[in-house]
Amino acid sequence: MSPVTLARRCALTILLATSLPSFAGVVVSDPWVRGTVPAQRQTAAYMRISSDREVRLAGASSPVAGSALVHEMRMDGDVMRMRPVDSLRIPAGGTVVLDERGLHLMLQELRRPLQPGERVELELRFVDTAGKAELVRISAPVRPLGAASGGTH
Amino acid sequence: MSGGQQSGALPPPFRRAADLAWSVAAVAVFVAAAGLGLHGAWKSIVAPHYEGRAVGAEPIGGDFTLEDPDGRPVALSRFRGKVVLLAFGYTRCPDVCPTTLARFAQARALLGADATQVQVLFVTVDPERDTGELMRQYVPAFDPSFIGLRGSTSATERVATQYGVSYKIVELQGQVLVDHSAIDYLIDRTGRTRVLLPYALSAQQVARDLRTVLDD
Repeated sequence: MSPVTLARRCALTILLATSLPSFAGVVVSDPWVRGTVPAQRQTAAYMRISSDREVRLAGASSPVAGSALVHEMRMDGDVMRMRPVDSLRIPAGGTVVLDERGLHLMLQELRRPLQPGERVELELRFVDTAGKAELVRISAPVRPLGAASGGTH
Repeated sequence: MSGGQQSGALPPPFRRAADLAWSVAAVAVFVAAAGLGLHGAWKSIVAPHYEGRAVGAEPIGGDFTLEDPDGRPVALSRFRGKVVLLAFGYTRCPDVCPTTLARFAQARALLGADATQVQVLFVTVDPERDTGELMRQYVPAFDPSFIGLRGSTSATERVATQYGVSYKIVELQGQVLVDHSAIDYLIDRTGRTRVLLPYALSAQQVARDLRTVLDD
């Protein structure tokens, strides 16, 4: 690998890791992950996703989980229903909120318990209508098992 | 004898004062009695106000026996004398169940010293995946006094039916998705279900209903 290529890769990595929230495109803010007890094998991640152009969330992953999928929780009268969301669409100039009242990113097959105070790395892959992919890496704080979005429990 | 009567009788002004005192006392007793009677009548006519939904004449629920995380049988009737908050759910539930249990912990804390009069029970509708070990760790994580209960599939179905809880375990694309009614039950000291608590209630509202049932 030439020094120039290496420098470019380093620059790209730094850009992806540090600058994306302020970079035009997809912005992920206020992420957090629900903490777990040791015997739990799944938990949920919450966040706000904004985009200046229409994109869809094509995939998500985390080093702490075997898989990460978007689910929708819906209250149907008094019945709570849960369904996977195959393609989460973020409209141009819009924001989609993942919170405990609706959508969440389900982290499954957890490799270890998640303690409040630690951080979980998440990688989200978005694709725009032209098929161009954008990778967003975020570091989400772990909150207590009984936490709520926006709350300070 | 007549001398005794003379000495025992009060002069007219004092007699009138004594009569007046007796009259005042009689009126006071009457008013108090009427007040008590009215209060009782009022209580029996006007149902107490609940933040949740009051259970009408048709009873809901009743006694049941499930197992604690160590496999020991636990009957609802064991908690007679306490007010019980009963919730159904599953530990993989990302939103509703942790929010409900966290809210119950807050509501209980809002009662101060009376918190010891309240017992929270969490029954899993997915006993196959919610092992005793998982229930032992998960439920007390919200409040050490909370008790997690599980049973066989048929015992779980029986208790759910008794309380009108609907649930369905859906396996879709290798994922286990559970649909269930997000209604909780406020049970009085005698074991009677008094209030249905929908998911939308705040900890303050739950605490108010707990207070109403505790003071009943």
